[in-house]
Amino acid sequence: MAIALALGVQLVQLTLILALAPLLTGFVRKLKAQLVGRQGPPLLQPYRELVRLLRKDVVLAESASWLFRAAPYLIFATTWVAASLVPTFATGLAFGYAADVIAIVALLGAARFMLALAGLDVGTSFGGIGASREMMIASLAEPAMLMVVFTLSLLAGSTQLSYIAAALQAPEVGLRVSLALALVALIMVALAENARMPVDNPATHLELTMVHEAMILEYSGRHLALIETASYLKLLLYVSLIACVFFPWGIAGPSQGATTYLAGAGVYVAKLGAAGFALAVFETAIAKMRVFRVSDFLGAALMLGLLAALLLFVTQAT
Amino acid sequence: MLAGLLTCTALLLAASVAAIGLAQRREATTAIYGIALIATVVALALALGALLAGARVPATLALPIGLPWLGAHFRLDALSAFFLVVANLGGASASLYGLGYGRHEEAPARVLPFFPAFLAAMNLVLLADDAFTFLFSWEFMSLASWALVMAHHRRAGNAAAGYLYLLMASFGTLALILAFGLLAGWSGAYDFAAIRTAAPSALMGAAVLVLALAGAGSKAGLVPLHVWLPLAHPAAPSHVSALMSGVMTKVAVYGFVRVVFDLVGAPLWWWGALVALVGGITAVMGVLHALMEHDLKRLLAYHTVENIGIIFIGLGLALAFSANEMPAAAALALTAALFHVFNHSVFKSLLFFGAGAVLTATGERDMERLGGLIQRMPQTAFLFLVGSAAISALPPFNGFVSEWLTFQAILLSPALPQWLLKFLVPAIGALLALSAALAAACFVKAFGVTFLGRARSAVAREAVETDRWSLAAMFMLAALCLVAGVLPAWFIDALAPVAQTLAGSHLPERHGLDWLTIVPIAQSRSSYNGLLLFLLIALAAGLAAVAIHRFASNRLRRSPAWDCGFPDPSPATQYTAGSFSQPIRRVFGTVVFRAREEVHMPAPGATQSARLQVQLRDLLWDTLYVPTARVVGFAADRLNAVQFLTIRAYLTLVFSALVALLAVLAIWQ
Repeated sequence: MAIALALGVQLVQLTLILALAPLLTGFVRKLKAQLVGRQGPPLLQPYRELVRLLRKDVVLAESASWLFRAAPYLIFATTWVAASLVPTFATGLAFGYAADVIAIVALLGAARFMLALAGLDVGTSFGGIGASREMMIASLAEPAMLMVVFTLSLLAGSTQLSYIAAALQAPEVGLRVSLALALVALIMVALAENARMPVDNPATHLELTMVHEAMILEYSGRHLALIETASYLKLLLYVSLIACVFFPWGIAGPSQGATTYLAGAGVYVAKLGAAGFALAVFETAIAKMRVFRVSDFLGAALMLGLLAALLLFVTQAT
Repeated sequence: MLAGLLTCTALLLAASVAAIGLAQRREATTAIYGIALIATVVALALALGALLAGARVPATLALPIGLPWLGAHFRLDALSAFFLVVANLGGASASLYGLGYGRHEEAPARVLPFFPAFLAAMNLVLLADDAFTFLFSWEFMSLASWALVMAHHRRAGNAAAGYLYLLMASFGTLALILAFGLLAGWSGAYDFAAIRTAAPSALMGAAVLVLALAGAGSKAGLVPLHVWLPLAHPAAPSHVSALMSGVMTKVAVYGFVRVVFDLVGAPLWWWGALVALVGGITAVMGVLHALMEHDLKRLLAYHTVENIGIIFIGLGLALAFSANEMPAAAALALTAALFHVFNHSVFKSLLFFGAGAVLTATGERDMERLGGLIQRMPQTAFLFLVGSAAISALPPFNGFVSEWLTFQAILLSPALPQWLLKFLVPAIGALLALSAALAAACFVKAFGVTFLGRARSAVAREAVETDRWSLAAMFMLAALCLVAGVLPAWFIDALAPVAQTLAGSHLPERHGLDWLTIVPIAQSRSSYNGLLLFLLIALAAGLAAVAIHRFASNRLRRSPAWDCGFPDPSPATQYTAGSFSQPIRRVFGTVVFRAREEVHMPAPGATQSARLQVQLRDLLWDTLYVPTARVVGFAADRLNAVQFLTIRAYLTLVFSALVALLAVLAIWQ
């Protein structure tokens, strides 16, 4: 019975994140437009774009190889699986034991690896510029992320997200300097990883300033739809991760009643809304930085993460 | 089993001798690689049998060869059995690959006699049970591999690489001789059984540790003794490069583990700090060097340096945990290091084989002149991609599992009581994370520039797929990368006897329901199930593909690349290896390599082309090796005068040396 319930929770989570991810992006876009006094696209615009892209033909560059065609499916699948393992509304996920938070970071790394290769595949300069910059950003963002992971798992005594969420809900954790540093570092990493301001501009059409968009310039049709979905999912994943670890209130534990799950889902949607609002306000208030300033930005994130982990190593009782 | 393994080694040596006479014949290539394949496969089966049987009761054997009062002692225990599996797996795949690759060899007489001898020497090092046999086999291994490095000695740079290798190898052996001398002590008991029972003082133990780190580390490629490795490994024929990078560095790791974990006795906590710190620095330096490289084989050799660093991080943590009586944590760190030994030997051999296939097809090692090979060599490209993903520590492949285990070991270290370790270990964790992320960037570059995009030269445009033997060897290794990644529990269970003998504990063995999930400490702490992840990803990708093709669209049109409306037909407009790593060079290289970029822009209207010059300096080489070479050169010049003295001066010299020696002896007593 417990296994069936966990499996049910897992399946609900898989569909829920897929259904909610475009909405989150649409919400942020709408808010950003309204903050600068524009009408903005309707909330459901990302869904319409996906449906339109899925219906269109793929226009494939002549020099593209099989890797270019296979990559979107793998990127989508890897990101989807990674996002489905982060507790959103409930912790008792059936497959949660398969990957801890280090493995989730590595799964995102695998998706990025494929995407950067796809960027190089056609053999155009824009694909190369995107891939090269993406990997430079990742080479700093991933260690910063792992330092945050270290901090959290030292506090919780576990790298399993469900256990971390439960452990950080306990009152004895309290407010800690390490947690604050880790939160700041994680937000910086999340901004960089999701190609948001101030690292990358998600709305730009000036190719030379793009990172993520330059990599996927040659994609069209269903392939583009998959990659877009993957990036929506990635944004949702980071928001869920921050919510699950730093704001773990309201997440339903394993084997609860239907009302608890419904309440958990409600709280989760509220958290998504709050995160989307914060992101929109932040992005409206800040300007994009030059590419080579990104290394300072992420270097700061890495140092904050390292500091957070160091503080814990030093203060933790033996 | 021990006798069987020695017989295989003897067979390899016999093949080596036979090859001297036969090498000129055309069928010699097939015969020698065939014999080497059979011998290594049999040895692999025997070693695997010994490892799986636990090898708890070590088998020993003494042969009346070597030093008359010592003889040659051999021993097969769990540790040697594990490393014999690694060595003979690498040897068997290199032999299989050689069956095809060896046909393109222009000078088979320079390769065939040394190849089986090299394999035999590595087996002997792993079996040796006394210092003399160990050092003799170690030197034999160095010389055989040196001969293989010098196989194409007329090619630019190879002779210098061989010279540097010879120097560093003799330095390493010297350090090991001193280490064994200290271990044997006054009594001069050179067999390992006697060394094991003697307990050296703390100072002696520390000296042995440093000497073993220098001796084995110079062979394995630890910074700052790594300089020869990226020159010598790529100079050899590709299957030998694979053996040197994939297997010989592991034999060096074995030497270190044998001396420090087995022979010296109980470790002190700072040993772990030293070893892990050297490992962390090695990992990051190796991968940064690799990123700056555009020679495909040299890039792979620098990645060997990086992975050796990761292995030594694990070994250092194991020492620190052992010194603090935490056997479960020590077993985890040691298992992580040893699993990475296995994994690295598999994917590094695979990658070198791929580089060899590219070299055969195009004659090029320079990535800037390759590109687009995925169209011409689809199978090699796919296999190289698997190797790249594995070495970049991406799930569900094997490289990720061993790095994950290392991270889990790092997360156990707040329990260590020493303050230095508390500060150091998180920093080492950051170095490990940084090197993993940079490795992914480097392999996007290596695979992307070599195999993707459009061909940058005529040779790349006309490349053809490599032969079946080579492909078979690469398929086997790629399959192992996946199997060890999705079913790591089998491999970790096989390592249990090794961890048990060296660390006094082993990871919980997996039986029952969740037997495919690896749980290093406890379910509530961390777990990983590669098989489930692999199946989920495959299922999700398959589902997406089927659903989209069935319900949305499956039409496809080919057209010229879009490239923002300005596609340029010249392949020179693509990103190259140099331009790919330019952002990383600007971020890290300005500090580590003192990278300088100079742009020469002609005045507007001038017709000459613009130029970009990049200068990189290897600070380590400039600050350590150049002054050392200068001091040695200076001393040699001065000592040259001793060659032209009169007979009276020589007699005085001899006499005063004798007096000085006697005086030292008198004071000592």
